[in-house]
Amino acid sequence: MSEKWVYVMVIVACNATGDLLNAYGMRQQGRVMDFHPSALRRLIRKLAHNRYVIGGVIAMAVAFFALLSLLSIADLSFAIPATSASYLIETVLAKVILREEVHWQRWLGAFVVAGGVALLSI
Amino acid sequence: MNWYIRGLALAVVFFNVTGNYFLSVGMRSLGPMISAAPLDYIRAIFHPMVLLGIVLLIGWLISQLSLLSWADLTFVLPITALAYVIAAVLGALVLHEHVSAWRWTGVALIGIGVFVVSHTKARTAPVPNGDKQP
Repeated sequence: MSEKWVYVMVIVACNATGDLLNAYGMRQQGRVMDFHPSALRRLIRKLAHNRYVIGGVIAMAVAFFALLSLLSIADLSFAIPATSASYLIETVLAKVILREEVHWQRWLGAFVVAGGVALLSI
Repeated sequence: MNWYIRGLALAVVFFNVTGNYFLSVGMRSLGPMISAAPLDYIRAIFHPMVLLGIVLLIGWLISQLSLLSWADLTFVLPITALAYVIAAVLGALVLHEHVSAWRWTGVALIGIGVFVVSHTKARTAPVPNGDKQP
């Protein structure tokens, strides 16, 4: 398997892991309703102790640096369509792991957005 | 869709588009980075445009996490893809970039996806550790 596809797999896996962990962590956290600077500082301090959000942010950072590395050896026209698969993979994982109700509108939305993102690089 | 969700979705899109724009302008003004030396990256971080981009992307992370406290991941992902649409429209109108017919088709598809998903219930998943939601 070429190096490019290894990076694509790392990006898709880390994006999915990061989003799933952040979604779970924030659901556990409760709704954020106060957006004053002091309240946001308290929120950040609280999230710094939420292991799901910490894991999610680390996974997203790995995905970001893997994307930078992929872009150094591949064109954007390869990177964007290849990583747009994230939308479909994360929809499946959110249904199975996070037990979200994914009705036909959400499937349609995920397919259409993934297709749209893939077309952006042409 | 309630006003918190609308406002947070707009904040996510705004911080994403502006953060990536300033990051890209800053990195381009620094020229190509031919080495992977950590010092080059540290120097890049202190470029004013790159720094502004990073601050805006921290805003993106906080608004994205806040939106996830209100809505499902399968709701948030397609909705925030609106950032691609805004970036393409701004690129064409403000920066006078050439946007191909294929790209406009992609933008239209994302717009349809956002419209379809925005008409679904934002939160369907069970809340762990008891219900902290008001």
